[in-house]
Amino acid sequence: MKLNEIIEKLSLDVKTVNVGLQKEVTGVYVSDLLSDVMANSQDGNIWITLQTHLNIVAVAGLKKLSGIIIVNNRHPEKEITEKAESDKIAIMTTSLPAFEVAGKLYQMLS
Amino acid sequence: MTIKELENILQAKIVVDSDNLDLNIDSACSADMMSSVLYYHTANSLLITSLTQPHVIRTAEIAGISIIVFVLDKQPEQTTIDLAKEKKIPILVTPYCMYTASGKLFETGLPGCLNK
Amino acid sequence: MPLNTDKTIEGSFQLIGGDFSIAGESSAQLKKILTDLGVAEDIIRRASIATFEAEMNVIIYAAAGTLSYTITPQQIRIVLVDMGPGIKDIEQAMKEGFSTAPDWVREMGWGAGMGLPNMKKNSDEFNLDSVVGEGTTVEMAINLP
Repeated sequence: MKLNEIIEKLSLDVKTVNVGLQKEVTGVYVSDLLSDVMANSQDGNIWITLQTHLNIVAVAGLKKLSGIIIVNNRHPEKEITEKAESDKIAIMTTSLPAFEVAGKLYQMLS
Repeated sequence: MTIKELENILQAKIVVDSDNLDLNIDSACSADMMSSVLYYHTANSLLITSLTQPHVIRTAEIAGISIIVFVLDKQPEQTTIDLAKEKKIPILVTPYCMYTASGKLFETGLPGCLNK
Repeated sequence: MPLNTDKTIEGSFQLIGGDFSIAGESSAQLKKILTDLGVAEDIIRRASIATFEAEMNVIIYAAAGTLSYTITPQQIRIVLVDMGPGIKDIEQAMKEGFSTAPDWVREMGWGAGMGLPNMKKNSDEFNLDSVVGEGTTVEMAINLP
């Protein structure tokens, strides 16, 4: 499924501008621990987390993730979205908690 | 939901069993950050997490979490198990990742917790 | 809901910075004291969460600290005094998501920037004083109905 389809189906708020949303999402990774994401996520995964600090952009870039969904109505600071835009990483937010976003995606993608 | 039902849904092993037949779970929370468990959590909840240190049990006790599921077959250390037994918080370990564990539980109709 | 006593109950715990092995145990003990006193469940929850977050802040950031409590029939008062780095910008520190936690702390599940907001959210009165290089004092009060 493409990222933009997921964004529409989950009514996600896209925080980055000029970042392509056509990417094919290969799977989903749910974690708040950077070491865990680094060790276990796969190329093209969409990452669900509540972390909003700058390192999430670097990790998403290194692991070639298709995007980051930040949950619980948490919002990244401008510095983070700017870095994400420059690194071409899409950042989306939702008011839903991780469990529900994961649940809905699981239903959509299985 | 009973612990046996959870065992089946998550293909999990019971590491610390429950005294109660019915676990009385109203919602589930998938998180590794302890403060989010405390901020967003509602009582009678199930926590899905990948952190297995003893302070997770202490957080669960303070938050009123009924049961903890560790993902990716992460085995808790003995200190964690002992503390969970002392605090009467059952622990299951599932081979599923947080995404799949959340997905399978969500399918049963369990809502997420969001208590602002 | 009346307490099982009309006396004032006071106590304190010493906290050692960096000691994660028993981190949170003082808050758990305070929770037990409140439970034994017959305090309402939702108030116990609020007091426990606020105290726990404050205790964790001391353990994560400070060298040492003291957690003191005073319980009267009207109020639960909790004071955390630490010897730590202090907080440079309190307003910024109170913002949800703001954290100065180093990476190793984040990998332990802390440092999401919710501690101080959690403490304020669960208290009826909240006061924070800090001197950079010396330490921080947090005072919280939760009213009993």
